Amino acid sequence: MGVSRTMERRFACATEELAPGTSMTVPGDPDIALFRNEAGDFFATEDNCTHEDWSLGTDSDLDDEEVTCPLHMARFDIRTGKPLCFPATIALKTFEVEVDGDGRVFVLG
Amino acid sequence: MGTLIVGASVAGVRTAQALRMMGYADAITLLGEEPHLPYDKPPLSKEMLDEDGAPVPLLTEVELAGLGLDLRLGTRAAGLDTARRQVRTEAGEVLDYGDLVIATGVKPRVLPNSRQLEGVHTLRTHDDAVAVRGAMGLTRHLVVIGGGFIGSEVAAAARRRGLTVEIVEPQQIPMAHLFGPEVAVELAQLHELNDVVVHAGVGVADLLGSDHVTAVRLTDGRALDTDLVVVGIGAVPATDWLEGSGLPVEDGVLCDEGLRVVGAEHVFAAGDVARWPCSFADSPVRIEHWTNANEHGALVAASILGEEAPRAQPPYVWSDQYGHRIQIVGTPRAGRPAVVAGSVADGTLVALFADDEHRTVGAVVLDDARTFMRARRAVGARTPVGQVDLGLAAATDSVTGRAASQTQTTRRNH
Repeated sequence: MGVSRTMERRFACATEELAPGTSMTVPGDPDIALFRNEAGDFFATEDNCTHEDWSLGTDSDLDDEEVTCPLHMARFDIRTGKPLCFPATIALKTFEVEVDGDGRVFVLG
Repeated sequence: MGTLIVGASVAGVRTAQALRMMGYADAITLLGEEPHLPYDKPPLSKEMLDEDGAPVPLLTEVELAGLGLDLRLGTRAAGLDTARRQVRTEAGEVLDYGDLVIATGVKPRVLPNSRQLEGVHTLRTHDDAVAVRGAMGLTRHLVVIGGGFIGSEVAAAARRRGLTVEIVEPQQIPMAHLFGPEVAVELAQLHELNDVVVHAGVGVADLLGSDHVTAVRLTDGRALDTDLVVVGIGAVPATDWLEGSGLPVEDGVLCDEGLRVVGAEHVFAAGDVARWPCSFADSPVRIEHWTNANEHGALVAASILGEEAPRAQPPYVWSDQYGHRIQIVGTPRAGRPAVVAGSVADGTLVALFADDEHRTVGAVVLDDARTFMRARRAVGARTPVGQVDLGLAAATDSVTGRAASQTQTTRRNH
């Protein structure tokens, strides 16, 4: 029987700390990858590649809204988590991102 | 009549998966020569050689069942009649197809003129890996013939298990034909640092022994005593079953950019066996990389369904040796090393290869995934090598240069 978890609001960074086109890992349970596209919008997915263990927030190639895992070149859409090519066949879970009035970025997971 | 896929390894299975993901509802028959459920290939020369190594399934049984395939294992194709759209199996069965996908891969090259001796192995299949894994537990010394990816990974696996290892490599420096001497000499240090002796620039004259191998005799007269030999000298396309089919077979099955076999209707090829005009090469190529087999699965499915082809990715391959990971993108041998930074001793190594027009055509990176992805972008865009920003703090002198040191801190993910 799983213990139900309440949604946690996790502080990730200040807006200006994550440049467009980059990503970071927000540690927790689970670890969450926070991405920022070229337009400056934030998106969050589970951090671990669904194909094999690898932190996408820490080390990956972000091309606007497409992230590539450096292990086996699996690609995902960071907006939906959907896999875009083999070897990935399972979507990344996505998480809500909140930016408060002070420009602080939170992930809800 | 549906689609018949001949070959149940990476390319064949990915083709079936891609067809279903794209909504294909007709029958799919998947022929596998081996009796095993589809398994992944890269682990065979890596963790599967560990004492407790096990095959890694290519997909779960639930995923496999969800594909609704007519999966025929232990079934070898023996002939093709494209006019009747039929494949004949070795057992004499005749299978009709609407579309045919040839995904029979490659088989390992064997030493010319060598006798069949026990203790001499090649490594391509599940059963090969089980045999090598078992043999490693019964001996203390291994001779590997061929210092390529398979040979190097087998050497590393054997060292992990405490065997002593010698490699015989006909080139002066292993991998020099792929990466040029400068980079190859660096990578060869991985063997040296792990106490693996590389006999380079020498060939194999003969294998000695009556039933079981006892030694490898080299072309310079030396004999290396051993009761275990693994031969890793490349592979050849498994196309013998296509003899007489009329298909264009020239070191692989010749295909167009959508993997349609040239001159044939409703016949496609995918994976190691397909020779096709990859957008990252000047002439049709055959690529034996795992990622290529994955991409071909998606591409051939799109061709069968008349859908738009997925965006081509630069060729990628990796090799795990002695706890290190070598990542390679593009075609280094199509260029020359233009930027080389770091070294095996430094812990990371980055080499960019440029063609005569100074465009980045390939990269080799040791243990630095982040820099590798930057290099991959440069290869994908054919970026002029002087304009590539690898994010390394130390400036590298392009064309001739080697960075004095690589001061950027690279974060290890693992």
